[in-house]
Amino acid sequence: MAALEILIYPDQRLKQISQPVQQFDGELRSFVVELEQTMRSSPGGVGIAAPQVGCFQRIVIVDLSAKPKIASHGRMVLINPEILSWEGMVKGREGCMSVPDFTGNVMRAERITLGALNENGEPQEYICEGFEARAVQHEIDHLDGLLFLDRLVSRRTDLFRRKNYGSRKTA
Amino acid sequence: MSKQWYMLTIVGEDRRGIVARVTDALFNGGCNLGEASMMRLGGSFTIMLMVELERSGSELQKLLQPVARSLNLHIHVDSIEGRLHRHREPDVSITVYGADRAGIVARVTGVLAEAGLHILELESDVGGSSENPIYVMHIEGHAGEGIEALRSAMELIECDGIEVNLQPVDTMVG
Ligand SMILES: [Zn+2]
Repeated sequence: MAALEILIYPDQRLKQISQPVQQFDGELRSFVVELEQTMRSSPGGVGIAAPQVGCFQRIVIVDLSAKPKIASHGRMVLINPEILSWEGMVKGREGCMSVPDFTGNVMRAERITLGALNENGEPQEYICEGFEARAVQHEIDHLDGLLFLDRLVSRRTDLFRRKNYGSRKTA
Repeated sequence: MSKQWYMLTIVGEDRRGIVARVTDALFNGGCNLGEASMMRLGGSFTIMLMVELERSGSELQKLLQPVARSLNLHIHVDSIEGRLHRHREPDVSITVYGADRAGIVARVTGVLAEAGLHILELESDVGGSSENPIYVMHIEGHAGEGIEALRSAMELIECDGIEVNLQPVDTMVG
């Protein structure tokens, strides 16, 4: 089975909001297989969301098993995912298969509790941290038509925030 | 003449509207803009801007002369071989701080360069009180000989009473 074609920004369909999955059938499961193959065929990709291949349903896959040094749940199929709680904010660098040749710093919650259904419609709950929590938040953003470009933070944020506070940027 | 990329460097006293007026002049002169980095520091303003057009560098200079004269800007133009999409991704982020003293930047960057660090971004600031200033520097870079080589080099620096924090940058792609 061939990998699906990935939509590349400025394709406006990436800004579209995806709909919840209603039917947990064979068609869904074979789509999940194709989506997973698409993720694996892009180098370095640890997650993918259905809208990235032009399917506007709330389906996400995250799999960090290729990064053994990072604690993770391995392969997660997250359907109609919801972040139930989060804590801590941390800056980290992100890139996106739909935004080639660009990476940038983004703030994300450090630890999240996540509710989702698997491809058989069974409810799952996960507690994700760090890199895995970042990947999940990045993918769920795709379901809401958001790219990491919508959340970029300035590289000067950390070091200079206090000093610049209240001062007026003139240039 | 075919299209050519130039690196435009502009320096001057900071005031409102510089970027808008410079880019407006470039746009009206038929230029394409590439990557840019602007910085405001101590009341001064500087921008490096990749500009593409079908004219010579001296014509680019001429194009900007009215804006440069009215805003009192220094303009420098180099023609470059470079083009877009040549980003180098940082894989390490380093914060250095300590009592402000001459030589801290030279000492730290010297040791790290020897251990394979290629600096992609560097920012520094002076804080603390005026009697006891502290120096804070943040670097994003590429560890050419691996992060462990930088870690060992850091130990040399820390002996000098300078604090160094080194974090690998692992870019999440999804
Ligand atoms: Zn993405």
